Amino acid sequence: MKKFAWLLTFVVALSLVLSACGAGATPTVAPVEKFRVAVVMPSAINDLAFSQSMYDALIRVQTDMGGPDKFEIVYSENMFVVDDAAAAIRDYATKGYNLVIAHGSQYGSSLQEIAPDFLQTSFAWGTTVDTFGQPNIFAYEAASQEGGYVNGVLAATLSTSKVIGVVGPIETGDAKLYIDGFKAGVLATSPDVQVNVNYIGSFSDVALASEAATTHISAGADVLTGTAQMVVGAIGKAEEANALWFGTQSNQSSLAPKIVVASQVYHWEVMLKEMIGLIQSGTLGGQSFAANLANGGEVIEFNTGYALPADAKALADATVRGITDGSIKITLP
Amino acid sequence: MISDLFSVTVLVGILASGIRLATPYLYAAIGETFAQKSGVLNLGVEGQMLLGSFAAFYVALNTGNLWLGVLTAMLVGALMGLAMAYVTVNLHAQQGISGIGFYLFGLGMSDLLFQKLMGTVETVKGFPKIYFPVLSDIPGIGEIFFNHNILVYGAYLLVPIAWFVLNKTTLGLKIRSVGENPDAADSLGVNVARIRYFTIILGGTLSGIAGASLSIALLNVFQQNMTSGQGFIAVALVYFGAWRPVGVLGGALLFSLINSLQLWVQVLNIPIPSEIAVMMPYVLTILVLVATVSRVRAPAALTKPFEREN
Repeated sequence: MKKFAWLLTFVVALSLVLSACGAGATPTVAPVEKFRVAVVMPSAINDLAFSQSMYDALIRVQTDMGGPDKFEIVYSENMFVVDDAAAAIRDYATKGYNLVIAHGSQYGSSLQEIAPDFLQTSFAWGTTVDTFGQPNIFAYEAASQEGGYVNGVLAATLSTSKVIGVVGPIETGDAKLYIDGFKAGVLATSPDVQVNVNYIGSFSDVALASEAATTHISAGADVLTGTAQMVVGAIGKAEEANALWFGTQSNQSSLAPKIVVASQVYHWEVMLKEMIGLIQSGTLGGQSFAANLANGGEVIEFNTGYALPADAKALADATVRGITDGSIKITLP
Repeated sequence: MISDLFSVTVLVGILASGIRLATPYLYAAIGETFAQKSGVLNLGVEGQMLLGSFAAFYVALNTGNLWLGVLTAMLVGALMGLAMAYVTVNLHAQQGISGIGFYLFGLGMSDLLFQKLMGTVETVKGFPKIYFPVLSDIPGIGEIFFNHNILVYGAYLLVPIAWFVLNKTTLGLKIRSVGENPDAADSLGVNVARIRYFTIILGGTLSGIAGASLSIALLNVFQQNMTSGQGFIAVALVYFGAWRPVGVLGGALLFSLINSLQLWVQVLNIPIPSEIAVMMPYVLTILVLVATVSRVRAPAALTKPFEREN
């Protein structure tokens, strides 16, 4: 029994050490004029996908607002356990951060519970439109179907085999929006192109996502796309087969510089700056924001390493303009 | 449509994918078979795989030497096995709990090292597919059996080797006797502690290779938590395979083939919801387990610490 107790202590100590490693930085006492932001994220800040898009945006806001002295960022990453995330959110609120961001729709119900206890703190969560009617919660989402549509138009134009493969995580939220938009874009460009979609049921299973890509290629796909952080291996499979890849969430060109055509990149800083402005003028929440192509919250970034034919580039630009001015309407299923 | 599943392309695709997907499970589960045969349940496999996976990737990325990467993964796995052995054999720790501790350590440490040493997802040129003259060019058969990298073949080669060692050698006899009746084995002069140290370290080493097979042979990237529960599936496969290497092979192949089948089901637009499709491997594996495993008995001393009576 003594050994057992010893072991239990060891495990507990170990998990304490680990959770300490997980937290990105420790908050410091700040002068009043500094704007302080804390963010809780489900995966790592360098996942080349969802979490990185927010971290990169915060860094850009920090640069624009005058550096770490004027704008402090702390983060907790890999918060895939919602209970741990809730504890971190409450902790940051207690420590008096101006804005606490819960970057993941799974954190919603925790936030609904925590926010009323900290009416002086502003909270933001996404991706969603629901502020729970709470005066200190902002909601944000990305109209990822828009970039998906543009990617789809280009994919249909560049596919010679007329088969396109899509690797998704779970059929919901941002991933579903992107994929549905992508399919709509393909369909609008050439209805005879077959789009095969594969949801692998996981955000982390890199092996299965890679095998899904291989399966698409065996089924004749010469253009692939995919969303969420487990697609990093799938991009490699596309490269091996010399198939083209379209990215989303972050710029994925670095993973396969020869075959990535374009990536839809989220620029959350557009809505972050609006939010910060509102907070500084005393509005702590109650509004929802959407990042889209029109407001610059979403940008199609082309890979300079890939020689995109000029007419295809022109088509992509025209599509972006069409979505921005409303002449292209995206119908989702 | 369902009938599309029976085309040559699809069948070849399913079999080739299944063979690849089974690779990490085989390394990890065969290693775990040795540990469990000697009476030790190592639930830390997932953590050993993750650290092995990172170690192999990082070394391969920086030295360009893939074999050095595999060697490092083996070493890292062996060290974690050594620690696990000390905790279970010398300290008589409750094995389920200490295993989870090692899993969490591997998960956290691999991620920490990834953040600090690399900072972003990168790719590496992994083990190439081996080209067998003539054989690789046979339509269908070539794609299924003769179009894989060296670590895939290594995993399958391990099955008969493990069978031979466990069933035909003195070492195997000692391992089995330590797992069935350590007191009797001890009284006959078998060093129970030494045998268990050996099997746990061997298990860790093979889990390290399992991780390397993902990061520098099959996927050629490292991403945090990228084993995604495969280490736990490997532990389940040992039960599934009734502590026999051939059974483990059967289980790993069944699980992987159904997984690649469900990938094709979705790609062919067969109208089954994706949520149901991704459940298929797990549900069918459980069904087969229920149907078969009741006839087999676990090693009698499994999870029981050995203390010599004076």
